[in-house]
Amino acid sequence: MAKIIGGITTSHIPAVGNAIANNLQDDPYWKPFFDGYPKIHDWLAEKKPDVVINIYNDHGLGFFLDQMPTFAIGAAHEYKNEDEGWGIPQLDPFPGAPELSWHIIEGMVEDEFDITSCQELPVDHGFVVPMQLFWPGAPHNKDMPRAIPVSANTVIHPIPTLNRALNFGKSMRKAVESWPEDLTVVVLGTGGLSHQLDGERAGFINHDFDRMCMEKIVDTPEELTKISRMELVEKAGAQGTEFLMWMMMRGALGKKVKLLTENYHIPISNTGAGTMLLECMDD
Amino acid sequence: MDINDFDHHTHIEGTTIFDGRMAMKGYGLNKMCYAFNRADMRDAFVADPEEFMDRYGLTEPQKKAVRAKDVLGMIAEGGNIYYLAKLAGIWKLSVQDVGAQQTGMTTEEFKQKLLDHAKPEGK
Repeated sequence: MAKIIGGITTSHIPAVGNAIANNLQDDPYWKPFFDGYPKIHDWLAEKKPDVVINIYNDHGLGFFLDQMPTFAIGAAHEYKNEDEGWGIPQLDPFPGAPELSWHIIEGMVEDEFDITSCQELPVDHGFVVPMQLFWPGAPHNKDMPRAIPVSANTVIHPIPTLNRALNFGKSMRKAVESWPEDLTVVVLGTGGLSHQLDGERAGFINHDFDRMCMEKIVDTPEELTKISRMELVEKAGAQGTEFLMWMMMRGALGKKVKLLTENYHIPISNTGAGTMLLECMDD
Repeated sequence: MDINDFDHHTHIEGTTIFDGRMAMKGYGLNKMCYAFNRADMRDAFVADPEEFMDRYGLTEPQKKAVRAKDVLGMIAEGGNIYYLAKLAGIWKLSVQDVGAQQTGMTTEEFKQKLLDHAKPEGK
């Protein structure tokens, strides 16, 4: 049986991809951010998950406004990060796990989550930067798991509610755990935390709200579902709605989790950057 | 019927909620910017911006905002920041440059504003 062993959150800011490409990990601006990752590297080296489900939000590469899925799951043999228009380094393709993708899609649609399936899906920095952070040298890290991308819409309102995001994760967990093969799976929730790129409020960051979200997501994620989508925009910034990805991940981890490490740093680019490693403790 | 009659969204200062109403207004502009994922399209825009804007059916106010590199103007005309970022990339503007322009600061002032958000942990 496939088993979800833990979840990891991180911001997926494009500038991080450039910092990695230029080896700036020890630069004074970047060090407090990159210091959040060695413990996660150790955990991944010990656990060596077979599959990574990478929950991110597409930023105008894989999808345009002509057809915008609220929830999309990749079902491809491989995933390429293609040109996004402003040049983050392009990497070799990430190997997929299409059989498990289809099993998850079948299970979730049976469970009445209506998924958009994608046999091709160009992946952007939202997917790639976290892979580079967790598996240095990705995709050519010897422990690189096979990948399943999951993208939720935060480009255009209406976006999903926080409650729907949490329930998405719960449904995904059921689907994964009904896969007969013995596999271990790690789930990434990427994006956030607070930031706003557009409008007169550009540069908005909310330390206290971010810290509250990081605290509650561990043991009481249900409390966060009381936050309305407009309240999320107001408190986390227009692009802070990416916190939905964290909620989707949290739903997939089961009831009880253990926080193994966390880091929070302001600012990276325009963003409050949060990193957490949660290990699954059910059964 | 005007869609404003059933606005779903609360007002948030300095923030445009990009919803169906804005998407209807901005479709051509956003579609043009989506095309900038391709290098040949970026080159074509740089070679002849007016022809390129006509190709995507931009409205006159949208063209005016693009010509002036006016980000707030483009947002007001339905531009979505994720797509506009690709246009900003052609102009070699960073997200801090874009933030500075929208808030009426220099880029250095805007970067300082971001640094000022940092609080010591435990506070």
